[in-house]
Amino acid sequence: MNRKERACIVGAYEHPTRHAPDKSVAQLHAEVAHGALKDAGLDARDVDGYFCAGDAPGLGPLSMVEYLGLKPRYFESTDVGGSSYLVHVRHAAQAIEAGHCNVALITMAGRPRSEGSSGTKARTYNFLAPEAPFETPYGLVPINSYAMAAQRHMHEFGTTPEQLAWVKVTASHHAQHNPNAMLRDVVTVEDVLASPLIADPLHRMECCVVSDGGGAVIVARPEIAASLKRPLVRVIGSGEAIGYVDSSAMNITTSAASQSGAAAFAEAGLSPQDIRYASIYDSFTITVLIQLEDLGFCEKGQGGRYVADGQLIAGQGRLAINTDGGGLCNNHPANRGGMTKIIEAVRQLRGEAHPAVQIPDCGIALAQGMGGMLGSRHGSATLIMERE
Amino acid sequence: MNEPERKAASIYSDPLLNPENQFWFESAAEERLIYRYCIACNRAHHPPRSVCPHCHSDRLKWGVSSGRGAVYSSSMLRRGVSEPYCIAYVTLDEGVTMMTNLIGFGSETPAVGIRVRVRFVLTEGGIHIPVFERD
Repeated sequence: MNRKERACIVGAYEHPTRHAPDKSVAQLHAEVAHGALKDAGLDARDVDGYFCAGDAPGLGPLSMVEYLGLKPRYFESTDVGGSSYLVHVRHAAQAIEAGHCNVALITMAGRPRSEGSSGTKARTYNFLAPEAPFETPYGLVPINSYAMAAQRHMHEFGTTPEQLAWVKVTASHHAQHNPNAMLRDVVTVEDVLASPLIADPLHRMECCVVSDGGGAVIVARPEIAASLKRPLVRVIGSGEAIGYVDSSAMNITTSAASQSGAAAFAEAGLSPQDIRYASIYDSFTITVLIQLEDLGFCEKGQGGRYVADGQLIAGQGRLAINTDGGGLCNNHPANRGGMTKIIEAVRQLRGEAHPAVQIPDCGIALAQGMGGMLGSRHGSATLIMERE
Repeated sequence: MNEPERKAASIYSDPLLNPENQFWFESAAEERLIYRYCIACNRAHHPPRSVCPHCHSDRLKWGVSSGRGAVYSSSMLRRGVSEPYCIAYVTLDEGVTMMTNLIGFGSETPAVGIRVRVRFVLTEGGIHIPVFERD
């Protein structure tokens, strides 16, 4: 398909709140929907496609479509945790390019901070899953799943705690410029390693924040995008995959990003060397390191060296990641960081990131999401976007 | 084997039994660690299923494990819980890997590769589940 025929992201909005005890989840969805529509210069009556995931209250899209008064002729509620919204952008673009809708609204929001959520507590969504009786008695929670991947990565490749800590240091350097970020203090490798061990080998500062809030994006037909006043951001490559543990051939140090990334690069006709800004899902430090390897930014096992010494801080190396401060410092609304990954990539492409972290003339960007648990089963989605 | 360890309040939550997984837990109650393998493709898997995830054959058998294996990876969860515990993947000598807990290692996370052997403990509701200790 000609690139000019590709669907575009025309609206993007990140809710400024990080603590919303006085709002409902549906209300937060409505606020981010309004924000993204306003950003695009569109009206709710223009929306004919709606996408949401498990953070939306109610059965699939039913309640939110009613609450928002939408009349979609295309809808979807694929839920693969934090990576859902990148999958939604992909599917929305496919639906638009197939003629099924013109303007797709994707919303996400939640209040885990107000509700006392933590990565050390079991998620309740999968107690009926077939594997649950063999996992829940042992206390599988998000952090110890990712921690087992980290321990195994250290064992196989010699990755060090100092190298992992650089992922957090990088995020903190970016977050200092984001007035909405939850954690704005610049930290050092020593600070990270001095913070308490939560699940060996991961320290407290290697965990993403627990924040209330949300975000929304709007995907539209290119003709509609061209009629709006915002810079054109085209989705030129995408991929999705599900990774799980093969009990007869264990490998928890490679994620499904290896498949979703390869598909996205192949569709875009690009390679990692063409990317100068990447949003990389950062539930924990190890999440970033493994995805960078699997996307091909460095060889498998070399992630520790790749993330170390500030090489991914904007202006210091040839690739910058998570210039909003990421989930580690800025925001991880609804315990699902995929939406904010898309939004910061759109900001970079539009030239609307904070001047201190804006990549000069950022023409191509990547957003990578991972949902579920790296050490057990997870969804992965990759988007490659281009500014005209 | 020794009597299963029954704590005043078990740290292990109850598994939800169903017709497909019940036999595995009944075997655990008899202190036998069993695993599924497929006679069509000769590969094992865990958790046990009625259809082989490798080749979709339904020609599945139960194997009895020696109960010995090595730690594939593990992590001691230290904060946000009433009592620290160590989750792990253990690769049994029969070649199949299972999620479990490691016990008896004190406050340390055992290194990858350490040899372990099975021991059965009771969940809150009195269901036997396998955990592993140093061999």
